[in-house]
Amino acid sequence: MTNPSQTTRRLRRSRWIALIAAAALVVAACGDGDSDEDAEPAATEAATAADDAPADDGGCAAGETDGDLAFYNWADYMDEELLLAFEEETGISVDYSVYESNEQMLTQVESGAAIYDLVVPSDYMVALMISEDLLRPLDFDALPNVVNIDDAWDNPPFDPEHRFHVAYQWGTTGIGMTYDVLDALGGESSWAVIFDPDTAALVPGSISLLDDAPEAVSAALKYLGYSITETIESGDEEAIREAGALLKATNERLLKYDSVTFGDDLVNGEVDVAHGWSGGFAQAFFETDAYETHVYTIPVEGGVRWVDTMAIPHNADNPCSAHAMINFLLDAENGAALTNYTYYGSPNEAATPFILDEILEDPGIYPPPDVYERLELIPQMGDLGLIVQDMLTEAKS
Amino acid sequence: MPSLRRAKSAATRPADAEPDALASLTPTGPDASASLTPAELAAQRRKRRTGTLIATPGALYLLIFFVVPLGLITVYSFATRTSTGRTSLSGWNLNSYERIADDVIVGIIARSAWLAFLTTVLCLVVAYPFAYYLATRPPRLRARLLVLVMIPFWTNGLVRIFAIRFLLGSNGPASALSEAMGFGTFRILFTPTAVVLGMVYGFLTFMVLPLYVALERMDWRLVEAARDLYASGAKAFWRVTVPLTRSGIVAGCVLVFVPSFGSYVVPEILGGAKTLLIGSYVARQFQAARNWPLGAALSVLVIVAMLVAVAINQRNSANAERTQGVTR
Repeated sequence: MTNPSQTTRRLRRSRWIALIAAAALVVAACGDGDSDEDAEPAATEAATAADDAPADDGGCAAGETDGDLAFYNWADYMDEELLLAFEEETGISVDYSVYESNEQMLTQVESGAAIYDLVVPSDYMVALMISEDLLRPLDFDALPNVVNIDDAWDNPPFDPEHRFHVAYQWGTTGIGMTYDVLDALGGESSWAVIFDPDTAALVPGSISLLDDAPEAVSAALKYLGYSITETIESGDEEAIREAGALLKATNERLLKYDSVTFGDDLVNGEVDVAHGWSGGFAQAFFETDAYETHVYTIPVEGGVRWVDTMAIPHNADNPCSAHAMINFLLDAENGAALTNYTYYGSPNEAATPFILDEILEDPGIYPPPDVYERLELIPQMGDLGLIVQDMLTEAKS
Repeated sequence: MPSLRRAKSAATRPADAEPDALASLTPTGPDASASLTPAELAAQRRKRRTGTLIATPGALYLLIFFVVPLGLITVYSFATRTSTGRTSLSGWNLNSYERIADDVIVGIIARSAWLAFLTTVLCLVVAYPFAYYLATRPPRLRARLLVLVMIPFWTNGLVRIFAIRFLLGSNGPASALSEAMGFGTFRILFTPTAVVLGMVYGFLTFMVLPLYVALERMDWRLVEAARDLYASGAKAFWRVTVPLTRSGIVAGCVLVFVPSFGSYVVPEILGGAKTLLIGSYVARQFQAARNWPLGAALSVLVIVAMLVAVAINQRNSANAERTQGVTR
């Protein structure tokens, strides 16, 4: 027979365990959302270096640094070796953190929650950030290597005077598929494999679409024969609604929307057709040796091309360090190392001799000129942006 | 009202349960409670001050990290979105709240509520027998089993959801098993069914623990009494055990329903973002759509709805407690 008071105490203890555990679970569940990928705020380190920062009107000399660099880049978009080499060369350290979308980066820069010296916005985001006065004009005297950039990248529509950005990497949006599907299509890739019910019926497995409203709507516009640029610049709401209706009709046919694992899911057979970004497929194909069975294609109707750029936020503490990093990455060999790591196209003409042949010869990464001509940049959408977002929301309802 | 209820529950508490605790609550011990000398009053005041001091860090924390952000969200919900997606804190309006009445958004809310309801019911059905089993084990075993219940939660939730995604995938073990048994490929991933399964798994412990606490502190002699009075086992369960554990059931249901309703990670990963639920929709407003006023208005709406639900529940359980007190 156990002592009754002892039993009571033990009972009470187990009740406490239960309650504490419940509380811990609530806390853990609340924390889950932001524990996975969020960026480290670089504010503290940047602040300590603020004293050395030059006045806004003072320019930077080539290779000049003014403190540790807070570099905010897309996830999986930088060869760590390059960062180490930069640290060794300049003696400053790089506080590197990553984001998953342009909007995530924009929110950080806009709110000033963390101060960054260098960010990598895509084309349309450059235009938006310029219009919101969030970027600092570049000091091209501090960027002698800018001559390495191919002339084709001069004065793009999103920064017509070319004052705020330097191209970083570029790529395309198209369709990844198995060779079986491509054969069933008669060897010619088309958006019909996603948007036309009869053609989609030829796909033995599943189909996935990017979980990104501008990309999804652009794909639908291309299938319908519209020009993305003209549609958005002329504010053709009708065409966008037509694209939205097409997305809604397609929803049932899709396995899922995915902007992160589309390449892996294609390779491991979860889907047979995936809408996605060129480099995402190239990385997945390369890692699993799937080039024999899988292929990234740009549909005959054309697709989307985009360019990510290096730019300096208006509130950067160490703009000279940022210039030094931009110039470092514009170096021919460093630019090639970057592309050899990311499998995205390099705007760096001088880097070409150092880029792996398998990348240069991959039409999915460097499309031939006739294919390239069918590609369009997605312009800044302004008020149409919300309608475009609504189209994807309605498609999923 | 709340103070009254506290007094009530203190009175209905069995007198022999926690004598030490009761003694320590009274400033100078149980005997001297009739008349208090000034010194004793001062001591009492000091105690109360200590209480306030102890509560201060927690209160400050809640104020800074809960009340202030909540206030900001409320303010933002009346703001305007500029064409570039910035939130302009001028030109206050109710447009965001009006938009919530859109069919699309109402549909998203209804779907989220339905899936959260299914999750809650499934959790209750699975957790009740389990908690019953736990609570009826000998104390030593009970403590060990409780630890076992908790072990999965030492792993990050995201990792566990990805594990489920692998399990349910068309190349995963579940599919292989179903094919081996001749049922063909298993297609459940990226459907609402997978979302509910994932949420039941994720939130089951929130249901088990309150139920366990309620069952464990229940006076089993009352069940014996019912059986002595010729109630069948089932009748004793429905008429005695269930009503006595009602507080645990309500607490568990609230703890499961609230997070399931706003769940973001599970629908994104197991639902393939194909079935838009309120959590993902709100997140989308703050990210891709950059429509903070709408996202904020939806958040405020969800918080208010939850508060109302919890308040109704609390009033009900208070009523139940009162009637129970009388019949007992």
